[in-house]
Amino acid sequence: MAEAAGYDPLGAAGTWRHQRAKLVVYTLLCLFALYYVLPLGVVILNSFRDLPDINRNGLIGLPHSFSLNYWSLAWDKFCVGGTCAGIEPFFFNSVSMVVPATIISTAVGAVNGYVLAKWRFTGSEVLFGLMTLGVFMPGQMVLLPWARVLGWLGLTNTTSGLVLIHCVQGLSFTTLFCRNYYVNIPDDLIKAARIDGAGFWRIFRKIVLPLSPPILIVTVIWQFTNIWNEFLFAVIFSSGTHQPITAALIALSAGGTSVHQYNVESAAVLIAALPPLLVYVFGGRYFLRGLTQGALK
Amino acid sequence: MAVEPVTLTSVKAAPNHGRMLRERLATILPQLVLAPSLFATLIYVFVFCGWTIWISLSNSSLLPDYSISGFHHYVELWSNRRWTIAYTNLFLFTSLYVIGATAIGLLLAILIDQRVRAEALWRTIYLYPLAVSFVVTGTVWRWLLSPSTGVERVVHQLGWASFKFDWLVQREMAIYTVVITGIWQASGFVMALFLAGLRSIDPDLVKAAQIDGASMPRIYRRIILPAIGPIFISVLVVLLQFAIKTFDLVIALTGGGPGIATTVPAIYVYDLMFQRGQMAEGAAAAIMILLALSLVLVPYTIWKNWRERREAARG
Amino acid sequence: MASLTIRNLNKTFGSVAVLKGIDLEVETGEFVVLVGPSGCGKSTLLAMIAGLESVSAGEIRIGERIVNGVAPKDRDIAMVFQSYALYPTMTVRANITFGMESRGVPKQAQAEALARVAALLQIQGLLDRKPSQLSGGQRQRVAMGRALVRDPALFLFDEPLSNLDAKLRVEMRTEIKKLYQRLGQTTIYVTHDQVEAMTLASRIAVMHQGRLQQFAEPRTVYDRPANMFVAGFIGSPPMNFLPAQISASGPAVLVLEESEGQGTRLPLPDDVAQSAGDGRRVLLGIRPENLTRYDHRWADEKPCLGTIKAPVEIVEPTGAETMAVVRIGSREVIARYEPDAAPAIGETVTLAVDMAKACLFDPATEMLI
Repeated sequence: MAEAAGYDPLGAAGTWRHQRAKLVVYTLLCLFALYYVLPLGVVILNSFRDLPDINRNGLIGLPHSFSLNYWSLAWDKFCVGGTCAGIEPFFFNSVSMVVPATIISTAVGAVNGYVLAKWRFTGSEVLFGLMTLGVFMPGQMVLLPWARVLGWLGLTNTTSGLVLIHCVQGLSFTTLFCRNYYVNIPDDLIKAARIDGAGFWRIFRKIVLPLSPPILIVTVIWQFTNIWNEFLFAVIFSSGTHQPITAALIALSAGGTSVHQYNVESAAVLIAALPPLLVYVFGGRYFLRGLTQGALK
Repeated sequence: MAVEPVTLTSVKAAPNHGRMLRERLATILPQLVLAPSLFATLIYVFVFCGWTIWISLSNSSLLPDYSISGFHHYVELWSNRRWTIAYTNLFLFTSLYVIGATAIGLLLAILIDQRVRAEALWRTIYLYPLAVSFVVTGTVWRWLLSPSTGVERVVHQLGWASFKFDWLVQREMAIYTVVITGIWQASGFVMALFLAGLRSIDPDLVKAAQIDGASMPRIYRRIILPAIGPIFISVLVVLLQFAIKTFDLVIALTGGGPGIATTVPAIYVYDLMFQRGQMAEGAAAAIMILLALSLVLVPYTIWKNWRERREAARG
Repeated sequence: MASLTIRNLNKTFGSVAVLKGIDLEVETGEFVVLVGPSGCGKSTLLAMIAGLESVSAGEIRIGERIVNGVAPKDRDIAMVFQSYALYPTMTVRANITFGMESRGVPKQAQAEALARVAALLQIQGLLDRKPSQLSGGQRQRVAMGRALVRDPALFLFDEPLSNLDAKLRVEMRTEIKKLYQRLGQTTIYVTHDQVEAMTLASRIAVMHQGRLQQFAEPRTVYDRPANMFVAGFIGSPPMNFLPAQISASGPAVLVLEESEGQGTRLPLPDDVAQSAGDGRRVLLGIRPENLTRYDHRWADEKPCLGTIKAPVEIVEPTGAETMAVVRIGSREVIARYEPDAAPAIGETVTLAVDMAKACLFDPATEMLI
């Protein structure tokens, strides 16, 4: 496709026309790139500018001042709500929520996927279908039941409570991802291993798991970015010092303070965005694959 | 080549009960392993769903009260002016968002498909918004769109003093800022989906059309785009899902304001349940969201199964 | 080593019967080939012998032991898969020893067995490679090595050569035959290729639509096919069929129903005519090599020789021989010629029919008479 489009192998079009087409293509790409990069660029620049500079020249503008100070202010000194410890505690709230939730849901999803793909039994396809329904559940449908269940379990306003929610919600995704990947492992491999005398767990450990890194990376990235960025559950099931960073960020930027400290807020916003952005930059290929599978089922 | 006496002897040994039990266990091991997650998911999907439905039919207000009161919360919901605004906004937002993101995504995909240099770089730029939380996205865009700090101010500084771009604070126009931001966020993903489709087309098809003397725009219109028809449907379904679930973006961008001008159903549910203590009506609104999603997903699933079966039938 | 006995074996998937009442007795040390077109149930049968598919009804015995409910690992079998099923993340060495490792064979014994098999298959140089670094033929060898490293009661082969190109396939076929002659293991081999079946088997089991059509030595299957399906399936080009009627008044003859003029009369051995019955309508089955250019010198050598005149429509040289498609009545019939005696298109030739080799089939039941 790439060869066929764009240039004309039959030479029916003249070079001049060809050049003009190239120009149009690159101009359009640049214009759109500007639209996409602008917000990120603005917030990066502003995180280094002092307030008088921002107030004088506006948020969109080249910096006339430079300081790294605002990052450190945002990290552990800025006041959010009543406390003045920056967003560091909230950042670590998020970390201690995301890490266990991602690991548990991925591990369980991998085993589930292995069963559903390679140890089918009567009705297993139906069960798989039911499990994937969880993918489509809008969060609003489960808010009240979760509030109740967390209360019963004594997990109200705790990180563990959020971990539980994200594990259960994530199971549908991780099972779906892994099952669809494992289905493509040839059945003959499993049969050969069974004849070779390997059992359920041994086949998983020795045959399936060594083949799994691509899908495990996709799943981990998907779970990590989703849970990190998740807002609805975060804002409803946690409060005060227990909030993950997304919920805290809203409190910070929508806070009733009269004067916006755009530079510190910019730094805070960037700190919140950094982990998923890093994951995206280094694992973009896997990120996209997860996105495609997750969104399309 | 007799290397392996172990199994033979163990097989020939008379079966004892411990061994039988182990074998029985081995045969149902997969089911046992699956059971806990299955249990959790089924509770999550069905029990929680049923629970919310029950609440919507009950007398719950600030606290749950499970005595059934019938459908009057639904009636209340539909006669509420905020709900009317919420779903009108959703319709408006959804239509513009779907059309805009599809158009831009397709355009970007076609542009990138022209053998451009540094393809990976362009793709990275267009797709990154999806990696970042809506909270971040919304916050930054609020600054950019706000008349006192953002684009309007820049244009003023450039000398065009009468320029106005204050949609964010205009009741009538605020919803369009949500559209702009939404499109910014999703069109990169649409681009990626379309690009994958374009790349999957048999290059011989295009060569054949070129030999037939068709121009490039004509080849796109008559051959390539029809060939990726199913991707349009996928894109549509993805975007509709995103749109119906939209919550964080609006919270961070406008907070549902000015006033209640940009309320959407997801925000309204949250409001009813946790701010105003009208649990039952909130649950009813949540069910409306579920219904809207089903309206998109059920036909899509049926269509997909039908297509798979047709392909299977063709071999 | 052990024998294999299958009694009245049935397999159904939902409401679809895939195997219908299969009976098969394989003696110790035999090489049995299950052959048939795709979908005939041969691979399902093999999977059931391996324990990878459950038995719907009937009985499978390996040696004296009924294995219906026994797990694959406890059946004492080894299997070579069509896709080779080499574990992609393991080296060749680990692939071959994985089975012994799973069963807790001591390291020392593993190493010895590995060395023996590697020498046998000449894959010593490949032991530290991954399957993705091997050629098709090498993968095939490793897959065989994985099976050979044990000393199982039964060897199972599931179309092991069908992923190789034509030249390599012939080479590996010879190799398998050599190995079998050397080891003499009881082997069940599934293929859809009738040439493989003919070359390898000590007995061939021809399957079609879930039923066993014939189970006999290769020569018998070829010369005396049990029915028209077997006759058409084994042999390439396939056997020709011509409708005819037996006439036993005077010297027994077969009158072809569709031929030029009066109806060609072909001599028939008396015993055949008698057992079939006078006046009976039959289908004459004749292989292309028994339908060839008439030569006067044969009159004495071949007592039961008939002739047919027919126009030549197509001539297909293959090198070693030339096939001529001739028209007899409404039917196209393939005759075999020596390349230097090949006819020209449009020529009407006189063909010699070796009726001693002819098979007669009942048109209704399609069974051999």
